[in-house]
Amino acid sequence: MRIRGLMILGLAVLATGCSSIEPWVKPYDRENLADPIMVFTRAPISQDFLDHVFESREGSRGATGGGGGGCGCN
Amino acid sequence: MTNKLHVRKGRFAITCFGRSLLGLALTGFLFSANAGVLPEDRADALYFRYDGGGVVIDGPSVLVRKSIGEHVSVSANHYIDMVSSASIDVETSASPYVDERTQSSLSVDFLHGKSMYTLGYVNSDESDYLAKTMFAGISHDMFGDLTTISFGYKRGENEVFRNLKDPNTGVVANDPNFAETMETQSFNVSISQIITKNLVVTGQYEVITDEGFLRSPYRSYRFFTPDLTSQGLLPEQYPNTRSSNAGSFRAKYFLPYRAAIDTMYRFYTDTWGILGHTAELGYVHPLGKWIFEARARYYTQEAADFYQDIFPRANYANFMARDKELATYSAVTAGLGATYEFKIERFPWLAKGSLNLRYDFMTVAYDDFRDATFSIGSFGTPPANPLPPGQEPLYELEANIIQFYISAFF
Amino acid sequence: MSARKFIKGLALAAVFALPAFAASTSSGPAPAFQLSGRGGKAINLSQFKGQVVMINFWATWCKPCREEMPLLEDIYKKYKPMGFTMLAVNVEPDPKDAEAWLGKLSKPVTFPVAFDTDSKVSKMYKVAVMPSTVIVDRKGNIRIMHKGYKAGDENVYLTQIRTMLKE
Repeated sequence: MRIRGLMILGLAVLATGCSSIEPWVKPYDRENLADPIMVFTRAPISQDFLDHVFESREGSRGATGGGGGGCGCN
Repeated sequence: MTNKLHVRKGRFAITCFGRSLLGLALTGFLFSANAGVLPEDRADALYFRYDGGGVVIDGPSVLVRKSIGEHVSVSANHYIDMVSSASIDVETSASPYVDERTQSSLSVDFLHGKSMYTLGYVNSDESDYLAKTMFAGISHDMFGDLTTISFGYKRGENEVFRNLKDPNTGVVANDPNFAETMETQSFNVSISQIITKNLVVTGQYEVITDEGFLRSPYRSYRFFTPDLTSQGLLPEQYPNTRSSNAGSFRAKYFLPYRAAIDTMYRFYTDTWGILGHTAELGYVHPLGKWIFEARARYYTQEAADFYQDIFPRANYANFMARDKELATYSAVTAGLGATYEFKIERFPWLAKGSLNLRYDFMTVAYDDFRDATFSIGSFGTPPANPLPPGQEPLYELEANIIQFYISAFF
Repeated sequence: MSARKFIKGLALAAVFALPAFAASTSSGPAPAFQLSGRGGKAINLSQFKGQVVMINFWATWCKPCREEMPLLEDIYKKYKPMGFTMLAVNVEPDPKDAEAWLGKLSKPVTFPVAFDTDSKVSKMYKVAVMPSTVIVDRKGNIRIMHKGYKAGDENVYLTQIRTMLKE
């Protein structure tokens, strides 16, 4: 009986939970986030070149969102 | 020990200004913290120049991105770099050389609801290295577009050759007896999350596995001769696999006035025993038609297990490397950038144009890589007062990196 | 377990589940509001009673919003004589940017624009996407809520407005 009660409670929570993750930052509050200066990479062509400079002289690679990959840095 | 044939080293020895600017296509993809919108149409033309440690690399790069209809965006890049190398490794083993690398890439993004599917291909060509890479990814927006989750996969197949310079004719060509291959695969996952109306953060994790010929065909390791007063050189020995894990966190915050700061930290570890920490700080400040940017980057690394500047004797271990990329060192890079944005009334199709200048200064101090020109000499000329091997000063290098690019948005 | 207990449990679950469904409806009387418009003039929703009203929530930083604006002006001019009005509600905290952008348009907008500087009205109308368009009928009831804007949506608006104008 307890298990069934828990199951129903679980379902109820799920029913509220899934659709009530309301965005806490409303779309009409996104002004700053939409500002072009808030982009992580303003110019991919430049960022990739720099990522490449670093990756080809360092032992680390990956997790940069860009990443040279396949560098034959023998 | 002398090299019978005049071998061209160094391209690998220094930096290997790489086999694929893979990031070019990927960066736009993984960092569009919004999977529900196609990336904007743009064209960029870049001139770059790296000058440091005896190496000068410069060239152009051109990128064009265009959307087709409401659901598809195509991006193409063509990149050429010309290397003029007299790096520390080249100085101690060969003669200066020049080489050119060409890289082309093409990628397609397909938008379907809140998901973005990406597929791309990169081809890199130089006289002793051919690299072909394919990448694919999926990105999805959820929770009211506050969260973007992305998965990516990359696969590369590379061919490695070795150049020889004929001592009589001076002609450089591939050694017909040398042809190796190397494969690489990577999986990455990233989550981008809007925290407040001023703060966005991204976490990323990437696993990379390499297999095949992973060393330079040109580089040698040093070892003490039995009398411990002189040194010898023999070709490096590397494992034929390498598996790495990297995890990073970055955040960008909109300040109370119109400007933004950002920070990044990355932790790296691999089966070669390398441990790397990367930390970065940046500040962007727009002022009228200008945008100014300042960045600082700190990198520190612990050497690979089989790296040594000079080994106690020949054939000391199964694996031996003297690539300074695998050494223990720390590097600081500071950069400044300025962008000037403009609109031209006569060209209404040009939504915005920008002129951009970026300068970075990089300084590297090695903890266990020594400047062997003090014992071996420079380009075959022994030093006037040679130092005993293993007692040369630790190597340091400084580099100036300049970028000038024009961007156009449509 | 008895049937009664099961039904009780189900009812309890239903109560918890209700909010999940309530959030997705957008019908009923359009919430009343008063905001200041361009030039400081007051705009009250009640002044449009008897007309079909299309309320468009927009911002200068939102690209689809900017693309939609000239099309909204076309719709306004076309149906105004038949008892229709367009009302653009700008959601930015400072009306300065919106006023500047509207002033620079090559095709100026002639319909009323209101400034919801403290986002009160956006919250009342549960704006979940930028832009959002709400169509209110002559009796003052919300009939349709559009989320976002894609090229071609304006044709859907035209059909819906025509239907409501005939009432």
